[in-house]
Amino acid sequence: MGSKPRLTGYRRPDGSMGIRNHVIILPVDDLSNAAAEAVAKVVPGTLALPHSYGRLQFGEDLELTFRTLIGTGLNGNVAAVVVIGIEPNWTQRVANGIAKSGKPVASFSIEGKGDLQTIADAARVAQVFLQDASEIARESASEGDLILSIKCGESDTTSGLGSCPTTSEAVDRWVAAGGTVFFGETSELTGGEHLIADRCIDDACRNLFQTTYDNYIKVIESTGANLLGSQPTQGNIAGGLTTIEEKALGNIAKTGSVPVVGVLAPAEAPPRNKPGLYFMDTSSAAAECVTLMAAAGAVIHLFPTGQGNVIGNPIEPVLKLTANKKTAASMPEHIDLDVSGLLRQEYNLTKAGDMMMDVIERTVNGRLCAAEALGHREFTFTKLYISA
Amino acid sequence: MAKVPDFLLHHDGDSVAVANDDLQPGTLQGLSVKEQTAHTAVLNEPIPLGHKFALRDHAEGEAIVKYGIKVGIASKAIKKGDYVHTHNMRSYRWEASRA
Repeated sequence: MGSKPRLTGYRRPDGSMGIRNHVIILPVDDLSNAAAEAVAKVVPGTLALPHSYGRLQFGEDLELTFRTLIGTGLNGNVAAVVVIGIEPNWTQRVANGIAKSGKPVASFSIEGKGDLQTIADAARVAQVFLQDASEIARESASEGDLILSIKCGESDTTSGLGSCPTTSEAVDRWVAAGGTVFFGETSELTGGEHLIADRCIDDACRNLFQTTYDNYIKVIESTGANLLGSQPTQGNIAGGLTTIEEKALGNIAKTGSVPVVGVLAPAEAPPRNKPGLYFMDTSSAAAECVTLMAAAGAVIHLFPTGQGNVIGNPIEPVLKLTANKKTAASMPEHIDLDVSGLLRQEYNLTKAGDMMMDVIERTVNGRLCAAEALGHREFTFTKLYISA
Repeated sequence: MAKVPDFLLHHDGDSVAVANDDLQPGTLQGLSVKEQTAHTAVLNEPIPLGHKFALRDHAEGEAIVKYGIKVGIASKAIKKGDYVHTHNMRSYRWEASRA
């Protein structure tokens, strides 16, 4: 008698795997949101990903937008992609970037045709993609097939005491089993960045980490702004966190004890043959950070929260855990795992890690997380500078 | 079941501890998470769950230690047992960031 596989996922033509099977309607620019959302309305079951940018961007900022769009299409949780843009050139560029994976992709541009004809043409293809995707079956998967990402939000002191150490357990176990994990939040390492530098696997990794960190902090510090209320946030302060250094140590408490094997640019996919823990240069804003990590291939996210951040992502399930008993009681619809018992000494960290792994496995195998059930689909681009 | 600690500190030697519930002034029992050592402290004022109080006196400018690491400095003198937050503690890395 065959036993049920512990982890399952959907295998994509390029060998990557995902835990969801979305057919997405991807606008290249803000102007194409309306048509993309209309297609998703006439072909229910497909998912439109509206966003705010994609016009008059240039240089590195434009490259990041392309990397985010293409990476989102390449994510293992996506079965097929309909790309819609205002004009054909950039639209084709996004579609070509995704098509390299062998995944079904079609692109449509609006100029010269109008929204209504574009919607009709795109909807016909979206329907075929959706029906074809519905035939893709789950297969046995392992940690090495599924990239995990981590980022905390609306943290408080219970994060550093409970939800972040619990996440840390999961990170160590995922990497020990051959998996890859992303962490980021560059500014939120301040005061503990030496701890991350010490964990970098070699000098090249350490130097790249330090340069990346220093460059980000230079931008923040050059403003001369008082960041109290922004970083740490008003929610952090309400939860008892006072300084960036105190917040950073709580943040770092979720990164496990394994070495940092590489440093990634925002939305940059890691090399396939080198699993382990990666640092990604990101904002500490929840939706921006998770969008970048999903665009780099992460298929499941662990999100420790203190005061109750409600973030989700359209393609990557965002699992939330808290060790704050008040938040667990007042916002239960957002919390996938309550580890407040850890602070009450009801169980130890190993047990909390077991509880976390159980929720991860069930979510991998298809259970909807709270953010998915509530329709949280924040798809938020990181903008590096003003548009032309 | 053992009593739930009133407060937690990350490491023995930390200069601040975290309230494990909404706390009233008085003598409290605590626990260090790393070493699992029992601690006793007297709290001078009420503080909510998750907020901090001082485990020793801090002169103005002195380091505030949590996780065994400096996480800020006292922006004014803090007495043992006092509530510690933005009114008397600030970042040492981001000089411009203060209440």
